[in-house]
Amino acid sequence: MTHTLHRFGQREDLVDDFIVTAMPAKGLNDGNAVPKQKEFLRRALKHNPVNVGNSIKGAQHRSSRNLNPAAHWRRDTTPDPQAVIDEVDRPTTVSAVFDNFDAVKAFLAELIELDLGLSVNISSVPDKAVDCCDECGIVRHSVEYSLGFFGMTEKLPDDTTMRLSTMCGHGMISTGLARKMTDWVRAGRRTPDEACKYMARFCVCGSFNPARARNILEQAARGK
Amino acid sequence: MQIDPKKCVACGNCVAVCPMGAIYIDRKINRAIVNTEECVECYTCFRGMSMERLPPTIVRSIRSVLKVFRLRFDPEPDVCPTSAIIPDELTWPRTVRRAFSDVTATHESTGILGRGTEEVKTNDVTNRLGEGRAGLTVELGRPGIGVWFRDVQQVTQTLAAARVAFEEKNPITAMMVERDTGHLNPEILNEKVMSCIIEFSVAMHEVESVLVVLREVAGRIPTIMALGIAARCDATGHTELEEILSDAGYPYLRAKTNVGIGRADPIPELLAEPALEGSA
Repeated sequence: MTHTLHRFGQREDLVDDFIVTAMPAKGLNDGNAVPKQKEFLRRALKHNPVNVGNSIKGAQHRSSRNLNPAAHWRRDTTPDPQAVIDEVDRPTTVSAVFDNFDAVKAFLAELIELDLGLSVNISSVPDKAVDCCDECGIVRHSVEYSLGFFGMTEKLPDDTTMRLSTMCGHGMISTGLARKMTDWVRAGRRTPDEACKYMARFCVCGSFNPARARNILEQAARGK
Repeated sequence: MQIDPKKCVACGNCVAVCPMGAIYIDRKINRAIVNTEECVECYTCFRGMSMERLPPTIVRSIRSVLKVFRLRFDPEPDVCPTSAIIPDELTWPRTVRRAFSDVTATHESTGILGRGTEEVKTNDVTNRLGEGRAGLTVELGRPGIGVWFRDVQQVTQTLAAARVAFEEKNPITAMMVERDTGHLNPEILNEKVMSCIIEFSVAMHEVESVLVVLREVAGRIPTIMALGIAARCDATGHTELEEILSDAGYPYLRAKTNVGIGRADPIPELLAEPALEGSA
């Protein structure tokens, strides 16, 4: 999966966007991965992630199968990270999203000490991940760079829509919804926070960064 | 995917959430319709939208009364009020749409979720990408455009002609009937998916030339290509890939960094070996 690699944006709004993932290698260390992945998520919560997720089951913001109509006026939007932990029942990719470098550094230091044996990746601007490794006293093993988008780029939507929708690398946050939420925030029909939660429910793996999305929507509302 | 016309109240919420823009309101019948040709069976509408179970006739009546007075209810935008969205029973070759488009569907050919493989994310355990080689991921269709396999085949044929080494465990590689030519299974050529990822590796000195090939073929297909390129770092965390990309004029703003703390489980047979004589 390249689900966190091709996030559209400029350095200034990508610099505080970090996704830390843990996954086992099939057939090599996935035998006892479930408790390790639960522990990864439990430790992540200590560092105040803005999102956590499990690629198979969902993230901390999710839809309801049987919504009460009163939700149109009073909806419970409390994230449920414990559900994400409880639902890990087979080897998968689990992730935690952070909006600041210090939290990622502290989390990585804890993971090194914990020594789960799972492969851990940081998706971010490249130099921040290197700094994080340096400050934790380790050397990165491998790296994958995004070279961006090619081909019929004229088919792509505007910058704000791209920045919002590419935060779900699996493409589950449609450009239509991102555009609609931007319009609604501009029109004052919803707050940026509310709009972020609508979008977050569509990102199954939990790589959507609500903190960054809120900044993007606030900028859009100010006409930037 | 389909929308039950008996339940649909044409609220239009599902129209905006479809990543492919495959849902529209047919004003002649006042119902939401799924364009099955464009639908990639990603299940975003079914899974992402919350469901209410309101009686359709009552909802339609309320909407009609409000319309008379030129009033409009401002609903939550991610809700289907009548649970009208219903998944279809998929058969081959349409099943391939869901396998590549629904993040929660496990692809039978790889046993892992999603469109690609573990890539370098587990390279610290697998060592599948060694020093001196570059691993490339060519993602087609995302964001929001989608891709037909007939167009994917144009890319795989071009890459096969360039003699790249396709990744064994990748779902697109599994769909090739002739790896030397890059031909895909003809049964899937008229299927559309949200996105797919072609994976291969080349020697580091071939990176620049293969990127030229990719940009050329990207201009010939009616979709978007997102390029990723990976390398194993040396003992100091350095890789020559950065210089190659800089020299070739490819900026990179984003990266996935494998921090190198993974390890394989001990092999049970080795653990069971008797202790050497004299050892504790």
